[in-house]
Amino acid sequence: MAEKINNKSVLLNPFSKNNPVIVQVLGICSVLAVTAKLEPAIVMGVSVIAVLAFSNVIISLLRNTIPTSIRIIVQLVVVAGLVVIVDQLLKAYAYDASKQLSVFIGLIITNCILMGRLEAFAMGNKPWPSFLDGVGNGAGYAIILVIVGFFRELLGSGTLLGYPVIGKWAYDAGYVNNGLMILPPMALIVVACIIWVHRSRNKELQED
Amino acid sequence: MKPLRKFLNRVKPNFEEGGRLHAFHSVFDGIETFLYTPNTTSGPKGTHIHDNFDSKRLMIIVVLALLPCLFFGMYNTGYQNMLASGTKADFWQLMAYGFLAVLPRLVVAYVVGLGIEFIVAQWRKEEIQEGFLVTGILIPLICPIETPLWMIAVATAFSVIFVKEVFGGTGYNIFNVALVTRAFLFFAYPAQMSGDKVFVSTKPICGLGGTVNFADGISGATPLGQIATHTGGELQLQDVIGDPISTWDAFLGLIPGSFGETSTLCILIGGVILLAFGIASWRIMFSVFAGGLLMGWIANTFSTPTYPASFLPATDQLLYGGFAFAAVFMATDPVTACRTNAGKYIYGLLIGAVAVLIRTYNNGYPEGAMLAVLLGNALAPLIDYCVVQSNVSRRMKRLKTEERQ
Repeated sequence: MAEKINNKSVLLNPFSKNNPVIVQVLGICSVLAVTAKLEPAIVMGVSVIAVLAFSNVIISLLRNTIPTSIRIIVQLVVVAGLVVIVDQLLKAYAYDASKQLSVFIGLIITNCILMGRLEAFAMGNKPWPSFLDGVGNGAGYAIILVIVGFFRELLGSGTLLGYPVIGKWAYDAGYVNNGLMILPPMALIVVACIIWVHRSRNKELQED
Repeated sequence: MKPLRKFLNRVKPNFEEGGRLHAFHSVFDGIETFLYTPNTTSGPKGTHIHDNFDSKRLMIIVVLALLPCLFFGMYNTGYQNMLASGTKADFWQLMAYGFLAVLPRLVVAYVVGLGIEFIVAQWRKEEIQEGFLVTGILIPLICPIETPLWMIAVATAFSVIFVKEVFGGTGYNIFNVALVTRAFLFFAYPAQMSGDKVFVSTKPICGLGGTVNFADGISGATPLGQIATHTGGELQLQDVIGDPISTWDAFLGLIPGSFGETSTLCILIGGVILLAFGIASWRIMFSVFAGGLLMGWIANTFSTPTYPASFLPATDQLLYGGFAFAAVFMATDPVTACRTNAGKYIYGLLIGAVAVLIRTYNNGYPEGAMLAVLLGNALAPLIDYCVVQSNVSRRMKRLKTEERQ
């Protein structure tokens, strides 16, 4: 059996020291794609938390019965099923957000974070720690999404969650929203800035 | 000059280790080496492997080479304003107007860029690097005259931090800093960087010049802007008051455009200065023009009304927009260009061809020189790698055949 798992560190490590986006640099594609506005970023973050947590639990329950040679296919089937459920729920209850996210909810299936956690954690651990690991990693991903979405919507559109926050006086004085912020390259640079700040606060993560 | 040297020698101990003003030593270093060639270069006499030309002297020569463009840009800014507003002025009033129009932009670019460089140098405990001397003058030269000052400040800060300092400072950047500043402005604030309102200064400054009202038959569209929006009929380029533009006007630079890039003549004077001092590579300059001519000729041979720019003769492609400026001052930047001689030809041809390709076949981008040079910058290390590797494999082959004999 695996070494003793500390439930608290399983849940909390992915927030900072082992963050899937800024330390493992996984799931960057969706970070670029859905963070132009804050709202889709939040919806996407919640969806990933849900899919990751439940697929971790299901795979963990099945872990002793899955034949090793076809484990990736089984993982994909489980994830795909959950993603379809989330997609349908969004279409039913949050149609606008679902339309904005379009294909990216479906692409959660190919998100490296999911496959990574299923392979690395759920296949070798009990359901409860697996659930916490899923929630932790999903939340670690979501928090980066929200930070990036916050800055991109604030500087790119001058709004937050669709409400204007930059006053009319600023526009009258000549302020113009930064159109580059809405384009994907700026998402990379915002992520890079987060990594920069994070690494300079956590010296042990710095590479030589 | 003697008293200045004496003064520097007198205050120098303050900035050395343990001195009262040690915290500002890099600022002092920067000023001292700016004024005097440091003792660390080779002497002016005798035979040396390396001459006494350090990068500060090099930068100053580039700035000198840019001065014709700067002065002509001042004149042209005044000229376009007077023409469009219908006021009369003599030569010195035009120059004064242009000077007052560009001065705040120069000051903002230098203050923001040098400020960041000074702070980073202090923070890293390094010498101040001199790269911004050239970048600071390039930025106002390649932007439209009506670009708001705060946008120049934001873009300059962005590119100095993310293109230069993050990669390790002067000499380590992958992309040309001034061009990234312009690219940032172009993509972030498209309304202020293109169209027909921004290339002509519209307001009187200190009583000089007049107010330009674009409503009454006056358009500040650049030649390339006019081409991109052209539909049907024969293409006739017009200046701000609707008179036709001759090829000679375009060569002299009396057309609307970004501040310093309109005059091909002044750019060529700058190019001659750069080549005379051996700073820029003639291989790159030559092959950028060759690539532009080649692509322009191909486009002109297969000209279609779908892409109005393809009606321009190949030689005219070189006169309009930022092509000549990019070829002489941007593509030849020794830091971001190819290092190998064969690579320089490929790099230059690529930039010239892509610049004309973008401006001809993508009506959304009237000008492609900026994007072409940035693409060339990105590919330069790869081109160098391929050239070096092919060289290595050719020599290996020769070695093997010699062994066999």
